[in-house]
Amino acid sequence: MRPLTDEETKIMFEKLSKYIGENIKLLVDRPDGTYCFRLHQDRVYYMSEKILKLATNFSRDKLISVGTCFGKFSKTKKFRLHITALDFLAPYAKFKVWVKPGAEQSFLYGNHVLKSGLGRITENTMQYQGIVVYSMADVPLGFGVAAKSTQECRRVDPMSIVVFHQADVGEFIRNEDTLT
Amino acid sequence: MLMFVPASHVLRCELTNMAACSVEELLAKAEEEEAEKLKSVSVQKELDLEFDVGNLLACDKNRIESRDFREQRKEDFLRALARDNTQLLINEIWKLPTERIAEVIVAKLPEQTTRLPREKPPPKPRPPTRWEQFAKLKGIQKKKKTNLVWDETAKEWRRRWGYKRANDNTKDWLVEVPETADPNEDQFAKRTKAKKERVAKNELNRLKNIARAQKIKTPGVGLLPKAQQSKDELAKAVNVAKTSTASVGRFQDRLPKEKPPKNSGKKRKFEPLIGDFSTEKQKQLELLKLMGSKMPKLDITKAVNTQMREEDREEAAARRRKGAGGKGRKGSMAGRGKGKGGKGKGGKAGGGGKRRGKPGKR
Repeated sequence: MRPLTDEETKIMFEKLSKYIGENIKLLVDRPDGTYCFRLHQDRVYYMSEKILKLATNFSRDKLISVGTCFGKFSKTKKFRLHITALDFLAPYAKFKVWVKPGAEQSFLYGNHVLKSGLGRITENTMQYQGIVVYSMADVPLGFGVAAKSTQECRRVDPMSIVVFHQADVGEFIRNEDTLT
Repeated sequence: MLMFVPASHVLRCELTNMAACSVEELLAKAEEEEAEKLKSVSVQKELDLEFDVGNLLACDKNRIESRDFREQRKEDFLRALARDNTQLLINEIWKLPTERIAEVIVAKLPEQTTRLPREKPPPKPRPPTRWEQFAKLKGIQKKKKTNLVWDETAKEWRRRWGYKRANDNTKDWLVEVPETADPNEDQFAKRTKAKKERVAKNELNRLKNIARAQKIKTPGVGLLPKAQQSKDELAKAVNVAKTSTASVGRFQDRLPKEKPPKNSGKKRKFEPLIGDFSTEKQKQLELLKLMGSKMPKLDITKAVNTQMREEDREEAAARRRKGAGGKGRKGSMAGRGKGKGGKGKGGKAGGGGKRRGKPGKR
């Protein structure tokens, strides 16, 4: 386990800012305790310093996971956000999409969101903006990327994709083995 | 009186005559051809040729009569000679064991009997190693040693050196601490360390011998002097020069804008795991501020779209006023502006006015 280098921090923050914009500083600077990011076997974990100090008692090969896993760095140093980060993205999300109950299941199975399943979408969404997907009952379901801006969403035909799927809570069951 | 003999009659006679003689002729011709064929396959020579079938080589040691040469035309003579010799060579090839690979009959050529000369010059002998020089000087002869040695503890024959060797002192399970040694010293670790050092020294000497043999220049410490140096090599040379002082470069002055070398060693250095949390937080906040300032506050497309929409709104308002004043004159809904929006890129917060999501007319 080690802290992130400057480059790695930059890459990760850029990715996070696509979803939560400048609210990252609320993650970094928390009033209720010191929380930090640490890298362990190419995965980035977010934990409080208490947990961190406890985790130092484990050897590297025995330690599986600490705190919450936000995502992992690929071999070419690209950062990929995992579904386990949803709890921290959902409250600070800048652009949200609400999905109709019919299309909810389809999204949870890993499919993209079509216009026919789109309930609501925040205003001013740009194309390819990072988005957090909610159900109509305001339950966060996952996150994705806007395929069309809000403007275009209005006038496009109902069978076209409006949100590209990136992660959903169904992955907790589907990818049980690989999530840490 | 002229009598016309029917032509066909004459012809018939001739034909029959021809038939009679042509049959004979045909037979004769067939015989000739067969004889020729046999002649072409078998070749008579005074001396047998020497064959090296592996190289597809046939040496003909028969004398060439200068009379023959001068009699016929030269090319014909040579061609006939070449044909005969090639025929003999091919006869030799047909004698070899053949096999059929994919509808092609292939003969397996034997080993080559003629030795071909070297393509490249022979290699120069390598210079003697330091030990070899010393041994020559002292007159030390190499003593033949047995491969296996009797190992008393394992009660079997083991090799003299290498894997599972006899008398391996690193594998002792009990080591007595000598009187003169520090009681807290780890004797086992000491032995393995000594072994590692010996191995490393041997390896270094082996590499030095190779470098000496191939006349490769090795640097003592750092770098070799070179005429043209690249930027990295110059930087490295500067660092090497800086650290070659008595206090390993600690008190060397640095140029005003010179940064300390980042990764002078091979190992990557990371921040400590539980460093100062507040400094970490500060660094991250600063990074965020930097990233925030880099993002453009004014989105051009959004600004343009807003501008266009405002213009459309004004136009629509003006037209509605005109329409209300002159009712019925132009009942067109042209002012309503139901045209499709432009690219419709929604902007991020900041810059431009509040968007109400009405599609603007292009």
